[in-house]
Amino acid sequence: MLVLGVSMLSLARFQFAMTTIFHFFFVPFSIGMALLTAIMETIYVFKRDDDYKKMAKFWGKIFLLSFAVGVVTGIIQEFQFGMNWSDYSRFMGDIFGAPLAIEALLAFFLESVFIGMWMFTWDRFKPGIHALFIWLVTLGSSISALWILTANSFMQNPVAYRIANGRAEMASFSGLLKNPQLWVEFPHVIFGAFTTAAFALAGMSAWRLLKHENKTFYHKSLRVGLWVGLVAAILTVAVGDLQTQQVIKDQPMKFAATEGIYKDSGNPASWSVVQGFDTKNKKVTWSIEVPRMLSLLTYHKATGSVKGMDTINKELHAKYDGKYGSAINYYVPPKTLFWSFRIMAGSGMFFILIAVLGLWFSRAKKNTLQNQRWLLYVLGISLWLPFIANTCGWLITELGRFPWIVYGLYTIADAVSPSVTAGDLWFSNIMYFLIFTLLGGTMIYFAHRTLVAGPDALDGTGYADTTVDPLSKGAFSHE
Amino acid sequence: MSSLQLLWFFLIGLLFSVFFFLEGFDYGVGMALRLIAHNEQERGELMQSIGPHWDGNEVWLITAGGAMFASFPYWYASLFSGFYIILFLTLFALILRGVSFEFRAHALSPAGKKLWGWALSIGSLCAPFLLGMMFTDLVKGMPLDAGGNIRGGFGDYVNLFSIVGGVAVALLCLLHGLNFIRLKLTGELRQRAQALTKILYPVLFVGLVAFAGLLLWQTDFFSKRPLSSWLLLILIVLLSVVATYGAYRDKEGLSFIASGATLIGVVALLFNGLFPRVMVGNDPLHSILIANASSTEYTLGVMTIVAAILVPIVLAYTIWSYFVFNQRVDTKKVVSDK
Repeated sequence: MLVLGVSMLSLARFQFAMTTIFHFFFVPFSIGMALLTAIMETIYVFKRDDDYKKMAKFWGKIFLLSFAVGVVTGIIQEFQFGMNWSDYSRFMGDIFGAPLAIEALLAFFLESVFIGMWMFTWDRFKPGIHALFIWLVTLGSSISALWILTANSFMQNPVAYRIANGRAEMASFSGLLKNPQLWVEFPHVIFGAFTTAAFALAGMSAWRLLKHENKTFYHKSLRVGLWVGLVAAILTVAVGDLQTQQVIKDQPMKFAATEGIYKDSGNPASWSVVQGFDTKNKKVTWSIEVPRMLSLLTYHKATGSVKGMDTINKELHAKYDGKYGSAINYYVPPKTLFWSFRIMAGSGMFFILIAVLGLWFSRAKKNTLQNQRWLLYVLGISLWLPFIANTCGWLITELGRFPWIVYGLYTIADAVSPSVTAGDLWFSNIMYFLIFTLLGGTMIYFAHRTLVAGPDALDGTGYADTTVDPLSKGAFSHE
Repeated sequence: MSSLQLLWFFLIGLLFSVFFFLEGFDYGVGMALRLIAHNEQERGELMQSIGPHWDGNEVWLITAGGAMFASFPYWYASLFSGFYIILFLTLFALILRGVSFEFRAHALSPAGKKLWGWALSIGSLCAPFLLGMMFTDLVKGMPLDAGGNIRGGFGDYVNLFSIVGGVAVALLCLLHGLNFIRLKLTGELRQRAQALTKILYPVLFVGLVAFAGLLLWQTDFFSKRPLSSWLLLILIVLLSVVATYGAYRDKEGLSFIASGATLIGVVALLFNGLFPRVMVGNDPLHSILIANASSTEYTLGVMTIVAAILVPIVLAYTIWSYFVFNQRVDTKKVVSDK
């Protein structure tokens, strides 16, 4: 049904994209910030260097801001499967609901209870015990990624299921967890999360160093950020390569689109660094190519040809037309995927480079970072880059699965709620957009102000211990 | 209906019960910001009392939703898509109140603190009101089609019964919150909370009578399951009497347990009347039953094992966290308004 020229399906898809992309600005940042805060507090526990305690408290404040926005936008995610995608929920509930429920039981309780403990008990527990709380928060938020990605991995690559009673039924719970897609997707996302927070933190520190503020404090922060960032970025890129192998096998159309190849490549295959598209006539108009590179990326060998979208399209029609009819379009949006992939992968390489440079110039023996103002500017601006890279990654993953919501089993078009109206969706889309603008703006404003105020403006947020022993005399006296 | 299906219907009810017991009082505290606090300092104290807990409390709602998705996907799909606008507004309320703690702590100007304090109060009022409306509509019955989708108009969602139901749930949460404040704070706020409960309990009894009357008129509870419905109704009233008694006799612990138990009683009453259905259709042929709304026995079995292992662990550390913060918030030490 079309209302104002926009279909229900498009409105529901737009809403899913908007709410998940917005949510996923805060999720990886929070997961990574929890880890960084935990590392800082642990260094404090072992070295008793008060700077690190100050760092844990200071960066913890920015972590808490992001966590709050992440939590409230997360509830939307769980509700909207039922609200906007009820037929999907009916088809997939037997498989999809379990990881979601386990995520809540195993992860959300852990992080939310221990974040409360961590916030309010700085003066009540020994440093070692207090640090344990933030580690439990880190553990909880990382486990939550595992379970939600278990659900997503099934959508990318269904395993351990049977189709019965008009729905997908779980054949084996352990099979669900053994999905090979999960074990490349989860590490890619989790290392990506660590990378995100690490470079955001390094970037924020770089801006303060440019202002010559609290040099020791931000210098130490920057180095923690860059070390974590370096390791995490290398791992993200490495696992990303493994994930690509998985995609080539499971979803060849997605891979062909990220490489922008319509026709089967020659052998050996050359790789387009950049190229122009004529999507109407399904042609590449111009390109800058590196010979043999695509063979290397695809097969880790110097030879081998790669299937193009045209061939894959024919194969998919041959495979699915019997069941779904011939009218379905199997081409995914090549421009978006092609450029998203280049931004994402390029960012990964770029992060490794700036981490190495930053660590080199700030090394203990000869620290000249303060004089490399260009590098501080580069690091400062790069604080936004991980968020863009994360979004690009999800665009590839989700748009590249088109037309499927569950690959090969269920189409996006069949998944939408039959009872929800276009009016409902317009209303909720507009309201979400407004509140997200408010939340995002406020969060950035407060984070920026916290940063400008600096680490010495500590107790402004009022998390001091304000309780009194109810058993002591006078505790109940009314004044 | 298999025993696992029955178990999970019970567990969904239990999860909503724990959710209302726990988050009920922090909704109440959010509403109380407007009723018993006279300045931002006092509002800060009230928020402090739920600061470490509200997030964990809300996870019970997320768990209830997730468990419903996992164990009764047809119920989850029908309920969540059918009550689209109500649930959207609930989400909106939860978003506002969820960020208000952190944002208010960061706001430096009095206007900023005021704004986020209001966000908490409005969110804390709307969330239980809307959920109360939804559950009332759910047991009243909705126009379901053969596919299990609600095809309702405005009056199906918003009507006298659902408004009374919403107000009753919001009022119960407010009272529960006031009892929590009596338990958790010192000084004037505690006294004002006690004074307000003495005023509100009589109002609640009027509300309960109205709700019971509408329940009798608009649902099949008393024709289908008369004994248990009456017993639960009487239990709810008795628990409110106990809470009122606690208010007059300075027994805040007793009041708090009783007001929490009242909320559980309401959930029990609604789930008892719902049984053996999960969605009540205006046309009984279209009602969705426990027996055919669930996941497979295999999935229910997996979830049972998971819940049996994890729920005790969660309960253990949640209860421990309440013990860590079992002391009263001290008026003199709250520093949030610098």
